[in-house]
Amino acid sequence: MATTAVSTEPFSDYQGDLERLRGVVSPRALTGETMLLNMGPQHPSTHGVLRLLLELDGEEIVTCNPEVGYLHTGIEKNMEDKTYVQAITMTDRMDYLNPPANNLAFVLATEKLCGLEVPPRAQAIRVILLELWRIASHLVWLGTFSLDMGAMSVFLYTFRERERITEMYEMVSGQRMMGTYFRPGGLWRDVPEDFVPAVREFLDIMPEKLRDYERLLRNNPIWVERTKGLAPISAEEAISWGLTGPSLRGSGVNFDVRKAMPYSGYDQYRFDIPLGEAGDVYDRYWCRFQETWESLRIIEQALNRLPGGPVLSDNRKFTPPPRSELGVSMESLIHHFKYWTEGIRPPKGEVFVPIESARGMMGCYLSSDGGPKPHRVHFRQPTFMHISALRHMTPGWLIADVIAIMGGIDIVLGDVDR
Amino acid sequence: MIGDMVRGLVTTIKHVIQRPVTIEYPEVRRPVQPRFKGRHWLHRYENGLEKCIGCSLCAAACPVEAIWVEAEVNTDDERYSPGERYAKTYEINYLRCIFCGYCEDACPTEAITMGHMYELSLYVARRRDLHQG
Ligand code: SF4
Ligand code: SF4
Repeated sequence: MATTAVSTEPFSDYQGDLERLRGVVSPRALTGETMLLNMGPQHPSTHGVLRLLLELDGEEIVTCNPEVGYLHTGIEKNMEDKTYVQAITMTDRMDYLNPPANNLAFVLATEKLCGLEVPPRAQAIRVILLELWRIASHLVWLGTFSLDMGAMSVFLYTFRERERITEMYEMVSGQRMMGTYFRPGGLWRDVPEDFVPAVREFLDIMPEKLRDYERLLRNNPIWVERTKGLAPISAEEAISWGLTGPSLRGSGVNFDVRKAMPYSGYDQYRFDIPLGEAGDVYDRYWCRFQETWESLRIIEQALNRLPGGPVLSDNRKFTPPPRSELGVSMESLIHHFKYWTEGIRPPKGEVFVPIESARGMMGCYLSSDGGPKPHRVHFRQPTFMHISALRHMTPGWLIADVIAIMGGIDIVLGDVDR
Repeated sequence: MIGDMVRGLVTTIKHVIQRPVTIEYPEVRRPVQPRFKGRHWLHRYENGLEKCIGCSLCAAACPVEAIWVEAEVNTDDERYSPGERYAKTYEINYLRCIFCGYCEDACPTEAITMGHMYELSLYVARRRDLHQG
């Protein structure tokens, strides 16, 4: 057999034997007619540790096989060994570009199990933070996507604006990213006084910045040339590959969990869902980009009608008592000790809660056996589905296009492997 | 087409003449927010007694088991805290700590709080500062 230009061990069970790849790659690769090439796991444009086994005919992709698992940290399994409150800290570390959305999925599932009511003020603040982080996530995506495509300055500008969001998050939660700010029944603490003015200032400066990004990219001939018409995916195909979020809406499917199954009071806000038509990389880019405008709209509405009142439910079975009560009430002290040592005990049951994260539909499945620790936790993460769709999207395009296609679906490896 | 290119270039040039937003880190430090969760502090009352009563609630709340508390009973000759017991050993493993602040929330006597110090890698000569504040 002719020697082929295969780097060692393209797949974990390959073991130098091309026969093992039969069915994974086309028969032409087995005879050495096409070339097998690893992109990643250490590749700057895979945004983490993703490995693509590309089969190339010249520079054209014949097959593309994504391999995931390099970032697997066993978060879901580890959560079974933590109390519900402790487990929230782990969710922060899954999709690291959008930690509050992870918090929210888990916290909503816990609340649904316990039947906890969340006060309106807590809900409104949740929405503000979620939308701020949706913008932050889209800013990182826009920056890195355009960086991959050779437009460097956008990256520098978007990170400048994202910094404001992390700063606001530090203001409310004490951490720039891993804040663990959402707790079952509401929030960790109320927001400080400076928070609302800071968000207002952000709302004031942001439109001009967004217009700047638009000027840099939207009609830029190089940008359009590289993304328009690239890897189109029809609505039916997008649905059957399990795409959600802006990747699905780029194909014109109007599905957004915030509208379809509203949570945290999203039904009270007026906002539009940007839709694409062609389903190509450009439409996915444009949908995502326009979402930041809608997020600004939601934040403004939420700020304008920010209700007063408590930010944590007063159901003492599932929430800690305020510190001021500890010195005066024995009962509160007992609740406090129970909450922090044993944790909360949701009733037996199973729930699944979907939310719209920045990348698509993210869901948390939670099963409780009535004990203080979750019996089983599982997350449905959008990027996992999106990466599997690369098999379908990339064949027929060039290597350079793979970078653009990956950027178009906004992959975050923490969102894939957990 | 050329117009769009020029528009992009103008946007970039506009940014070139703006003031930089970055800071020269070791010389200039970014102030942290009041709620910032940095290295912990263990506090004393004004009369010098330790606030910590060795109840290990912080250790139980910690999601990563970073805290180790060994309690000992106060005697009238050797009194460290106003309560019955005090913490003979109090260790926080900073290799494990994720700075979540749960210990601060859990502590019933407000003995432990999150400080604002975030530069935890120090030269050996400065390690004393870390331990003594
Ligand atoms: S901040 Fe969190 S991780 Fe660190 S010691 Fe306290 S409870 Fe443990
Ligand atoms: S720091 Fe607080 S919670 Fe921890 S042992 Fe001391 S008194 Fe108890």
